[in-house]
Amino acid sequence: MAEPLLQARGITKRFGGKAAVDGLDLALFPGEILGLVGPDGAGKTTAIRLLCGALRLDEGEVTLMGLDLRRQVDRAREHIGYLSQRFSFYEDLSVMENLRFFAEIRGLSGVEWGPRANEILAFVGLAEFTERRAGKLSGGMRQKLGLASALVHRPKLLLLDEPTGGVDPVTRQDFWQLIIRMVRQEGVGVIISTPYMDEATRCSRVALLQNGRAVAEDTPENLRRRLAGRIVEVRGAPLAALRAAAAGLPGVADVQAFGDRLHVRLAAAEPETAIAALRAVLAGTDIRLDDARAIAPQLEDVFMAYAGRGEIQDA
Amino acid sequence: MRNTRLLSMIRKEFIQILRDPRTLALVLVIPVVQLFLLGYAANNDVRNVPLAVFDQDRSPAARELLDAYRAADYFMLAFDVSSEEELRRLIENGQAGVGLIIPPGYGAAIEGTGSADVMFILDGSDPSVAATGLSAAQLIGQAHGARIQAERLARIGVTGAAQPPLEVHLTVWYNPDLEDSFFMIPGIIGMILYAITSLLTANAVVRERERGTIEQLIITPIRPWELVVGKIAPYTILALLNTIEVLAIGSLWFGVPIRSSLLVILGLSALFLLSSLGIGLLASTVANTQQEAMLTVWLTMLPALFLSGFFFPLQAMPKFLQAVSLIFPLRYYLSIIRTLLLKGTSPAALWPDILALAVFGVVLMTLAALRFRKRLD
Ligand SMILES: Nc1ncnc2c1ncn2[C@@H]1O[C@H](COP(=O)(O)OP(=O)(O)OP(=O)(O)O)[C@@H](O)[C@H]1O
Ligand SMILES: [Mg+2]
Repeated sequence: MAEPLLQARGITKRFGGKAAVDGLDLALFPGEILGLVGPDGAGKTTAIRLLCGALRLDEGEVTLMGLDLRRQVDRAREHIGYLSQRFSFYEDLSVMENLRFFAEIRGLSGVEWGPRANEILAFVGLAEFTERRAGKLSGGMRQKLGLASALVHRPKLLLLDEPTGGVDPVTRQDFWQLIIRMVRQEGVGVIISTPYMDEATRCSRVALLQNGRAVAEDTPENLRRRLAGRIVEVRGAPLAALRAAAAGLPGVADVQAFGDRLHVRLAAAEPETAIAALRAVLAGTDIRLDDARAIAPQLEDVFMAYAGRGEIQDA
Repeated sequence: MRNTRLLSMIRKEFIQILRDPRTLALVLVIPVVQLFLLGYAANNDVRNVPLAVFDQDRSPAARELLDAYRAADYFMLAFDVSSEEELRRLIENGQAGVGLIIPPGYGAAIEGTGSADVMFILDGSDPSVAATGLSAAQLIGQAHGARIQAERLARIGVTGAAQPPLEVHLTVWYNPDLEDSFFMIPGIIGMILYAITSLLTANAVVRERERGTIEQLIITPIRPWELVVGKIAPYTILALLNTIEVLAIGSLWFGVPIRSSLLVILGLSALFLLSSLGIGLLASTVANTQQEAMLTVWLTMLPALFLSGFFFPLQAMPKFLQAVSLIFPLRYYLSIIRTLLLKGTSPAALWPDILALAVFGVVLMTLAALRFRKRLD
């Protein structure tokens, strides 16, 4: 495999003695989208800030295109585009003024930034809003401005911290199309954090973060395969009673509600046995069972499996 | 070589200043308001103090004494009362500032060869008014007494005695009319430079943190010094504009003399700005919100104003406080700007103050730059 764009080893950051990121290892290769997936407070933002040197490492090391982040942080940053979780542009400047400012302080000259700004604004779909003040942009447009600004200096590595937070589903789709097109066109590597599992599915690799540690890291397919045959989807009513009944069965590790259906996770890949046991338990009760069948595991299931008690025993 | 990053930072800061017309207006208007408030309010000149007289004699001699007091514009004959009670009441309720009691037989004593006593009563609750009234009352009384003495001598044939043997001629240099505004207005320039630059820079830096824009800034290759200089350059220019503004009004309206070249004044003001900007930047490194920054700056500004000779002359302070004043850069600047405006002394003669300002400026700026980290933690 090629040289990694970014390699982080054992990175750690503590706030008041409590580790927000705890010995995390990450590697990113060109053309890859690495998803940092985890609940609120898992350490996604802290990890990304460590990777761009916005926070000082307590332990560990980061190399970015062969540059040691601790010693050559300014040179390393020339290759980084960063979109922070919090909107961090000047609300009193227009879209174009913001873009120009961040292009120029990244060292782009007057002849360079103009054409690049137009190209990138057209790319993210903000070409008609160049004169609008950033403070007057909608949530989705703000994130697009952020993406444009992160891309203006043609970085090799993009760090996107929950770029689709607070953005409507349609714009989220848009945004992902942009990211995927950009990875194809410019061959950059992307590290993106998200709490959404459907977004995680689009990544080349996913690191599941929990309390500052990566509890699992693999391609979404491989992660889902780890639970193959161990998820049974159950529909019926009343849901609460059904859930209690399922949870009490032997061999059931966990039951999660997904809308009007339940995902029953089994300790071993024996769905037929479990379904039969469930039917037996429900027989003679007034709990209705509409459907029960083994399904392909979702990323949510994988995440819940790790988040729950921590480990998946591989069957 | 052109530094694009720095120029870009400065331009951005200017755009933001211009897009915030409220702050801009405040920055331009507040100095004018303060100038007029302090230029007039801090006026210690005592004039036209209302005088209540209890004349128990009503002789031509008594009238002459009264005329002597009225001739100087310190006192204004406001009440002619007919009892000591009444006089006391007028002073008690503040309607009269001073009282004069002329006893019966005053005229007879003056016309003859005797000695007459009059009583002058002062309201001491405002010491500065009382002090001026006291010396004015004494001076006028003595002069009047000397004239009576000369007239008596002339009457018994001693000639030439009408001329007093010694006359002291007073010349006040630099501020001949002893206008308080001449003392205040240079001070106001110092206060405005200090307040505007330290408050605005502290706010401008903290705002980046408050709004989260610092997070985008720190991951760019901009150098900390470029960030700092880019932040302070626009406010330096604003502050120097304020200086010109206050100088113009001080000179045209209050008649404060400007006896040094504008270039020297602005140059030494810029030297002082190093310190006040440094204080603002330091405040921004300890504050997380604009309110905190404001409070921090104010806490340093109040003692500086009181102990740097802004309100009270340094010479009038106890020795201990004079020593304390040495730690405030404003002290040196006030001394410089007052000398430059009123005396027009060559700056070379001011070197101890200039050196002190330079040292403070370099130290504060270095401290600020050292504390200024391009990181979130
Ligand atoms: N500057 C800070 N000071 C103190 N604690 C912090 C700081 N930043 C983060 N933390 C703590 O570190 C932990 C991880 O926070 P972080 O913001 O990295 O999580 P996150 O995964 O990005 O969460 P979210 O989904 O809410 O953005 C949290 O417990 C948080 O409270
Ligand atoms: Mg976060």
